[in-house]
Amino acid sequence: MTWTAMNWTLAVPELVLACCGMGILVFGVLSKRETFQLCSMLTIGAFLLTGVLVLPGAYGVGYSGLFTSDAFSAFVKLLVLVAAALCVVVSLDYNEHVNLRRFEFPVLMLFCTVGMMLMASASNLMTMYVGTELMSLAIYVLAAFARDELRSAEAGLKYFVLGALASGLMLYGISLVYGFSGSMAFDKLAEALADPASASPGLVVGIVFIVAGLAFKVSAVPFHMWTPDVYEGAPTSITAFLGTAPKVAPMALLVRAMATPFGQLLVQWQQLIVLVSIASMLLGSLAAIGQRNIKRLMAYSSIGHMGYVLIGLAAGSVDGIRGVLIYLVTYVFMNVGTFACILAMRRRGKMLEGISDLAGLGRTDPAMALAFAVFMFGMAGIPPLSGFWGKYFIFSAAVQQGMWTLAVIGVLTSVVGAYYYINIVKVMYFDAPEEAFDPRPASLSFVAAVGGLFTTFFFVFPAPVVAAAEAAAKVLFR
Amino acid sequence: MIATLAFYVFAVILLVSASMVVSARNPVHSVLFLILTFFNAAALFLLAGAEFLAMILVIVYVGAVAVLFLFVVMMLDVNFAQLREGFQRYLPVGATIGVVLLVELFMVLGGWKFAPEAASLRFAPVTPGVHNTAQLGRLLYTDYFLLFQASGLVLLVAMIGAIVLTLRDKGDGRRQDISRQLARTAADTLVMVDVATGAGMKDVGILRPKVAEPEPVAAAHDHGHGGHH
Repeated sequence: MTWTAMNWTLAVPELVLACCGMGILVFGVLSKRETFQLCSMLTIGAFLLTGVLVLPGAYGVGYSGLFTSDAFSAFVKLLVLVAAALCVVVSLDYNEHVNLRRFEFPVLMLFCTVGMMLMASASNLMTMYVGTELMSLAIYVLAAFARDELRSAEAGLKYFVLGALASGLMLYGISLVYGFSGSMAFDKLAEALADPASASPGLVVGIVFIVAGLAFKVSAVPFHMWTPDVYEGAPTSITAFLGTAPKVAPMALLVRAMATPFGQLLVQWQQLIVLVSIASMLLGSLAAIGQRNIKRLMAYSSIGHMGYVLIGLAAGSVDGIRGVLIYLVTYVFMNVGTFACILAMRRRGKMLEGISDLAGLGRTDPAMALAFAVFMFGMAGIPPLSGFWGKYFIFSAAVQQGMWTLAVIGVLTSVVGAYYYINIVKVMYFDAPEEAFDPRPASLSFVAAVGGLFTTFFFVFPAPVVAAAEAAAKVLFR
Repeated sequence: MIATLAFYVFAVILLVSASMVVSARNPVHSVLFLILTFFNAAALFLLAGAEFLAMILVIVYVGAVAVLFLFVVMMLDVNFAQLREGFQRYLPVGATIGVVLLVELFMVLGGWKFAPEAASLRFAPVTPGVHNTAQLGRLLYTDYFLLFQASGLVLLVAMIGAIVLTLRDKGDGRRQDISRQLARTAADTLVMVDVATGAGMKDVGILRPKVAEPEPVAAAHDHGHGGHH
């Protein structure tokens, strides 16, 4: 082992981010005053700095094969960093308001992001596991952050217990794969499994367990049970975070794990992904209809969206993976924007979560209603908003692979899903107005504007995102 | 010969005590059997030539983890009889699932093939001439350096999480304030009382510390310090 083989510089963004996190932690602990705002700003700065370090794209394999930096990982890392930074911005005012102004909050989000970046670069089953744990552990704590509130504590505990079970399943799967193939490195696995006939049933069972563990993290059916309760119980700023970056990283990891080491076993895992995808789309669109609480509605909506994303993976082609990445980008911006609007739902200092509380928003706050409507139409997949293009790339990839059933079910469920998204628009514009919300803080308006502009004008400049996604997807199919 | 004999002795004790861990009625006995299990496992490691793992097992598991278990079992008054209540009721379902899983496991393991080089590797787990502590060290700190550091971050997050979720600093903790301690004089706290001979405490009653009550926090402080004088 020589130092050149280590290639440790590949992980400089992660190292810098982790060091920044420890620095901010020490600063927060030592300072006598309340430093929530300052630490949040520093965290956003650290995210920006890390993003700048990711951009130049030093690609290669480092740490004796544990860590890979390529176009795919860079794409995912940038998306995760942007999502995390926007979520910190969103939390600034909310946490101040509901008395969660503690500097550990941004620090935990930062370490969670380190975990997600590690997941994006994982090229060994062990890196995959450690990255996932780093991410999950931080989120368990964040979900229970409002510890004096019963719902929040319950959310944290529920997520922790079920998450531990999912981790156990994943570890068991990893051990089976290791036992039956003799390696944990993605490239070695790909070599060993080059001949699909050589895959023993034990290995396939291992893959099933790994998929189950990751499907839990992206809350795909049938591993979704925790989602509505955790979304509802967690502090809303954390719900916003949960719906974005921590969905992107496990999804990217699932894509990489399925495409690189087990790529030759497409037939083995394809039907599994197809089943999970169909179940998620159906549940996401049907169960959301009866919801009265907007956070629960967003939980079911995210389940449905993950179902659509999985279509792209099931297609198992460059176009499919490209679709996955584009969908995730559009999803992150719509989701962050929606939650910025939800966080602005406050009347006389009291946070509101009911869909009926939005009644008449079109007259009392036209700007916010417009932004909200854009996100809802975007999530429903109405052209020309970005949500439509995400679905377009996914469905066209599925059709190219001849997976008509998936594409048809996808289109049908998005029509059903459109009902509850557009219902919100109806409530905002056609129901009798209630008392106006409190004035919006600038930070929320900013995030809603960023999300809204991206969602609206994505169709004007889709080229950079599409090209980057294409380059990233090609890496996995060399 | 002796090594084989030792192996069987330790292995049998290990299996028996491990089954006692789950079957003992008294949780304290379970933990004690667990410690016995750890010791025997350590002995087996020693026989296999993994002395570092053997020592770590004794130090970390027996020294820390098992003692922690013992504390938890004795301090948290868990009603184990109550926990077992549902056992009879769920036994049929649980047993069915267990049997199904076992059958599946056998079906999976039916495809097990040992790698060709596994047999030779099994007989030479240790590279000659390299201490196995050094070998583990190289694995941990060179080959899996990244994972080692990342695990450190996981532990850091766990620590932050534990503090965030449980530490309640309401400002009424009895912290030592040296300047206050030094500023106190005997006149602040002590009262000289004349007690009649043979009357005991009857006349005087129990004296409370001479502190003004209005400020509860300060009162708590003085109470605490009273103990030192």
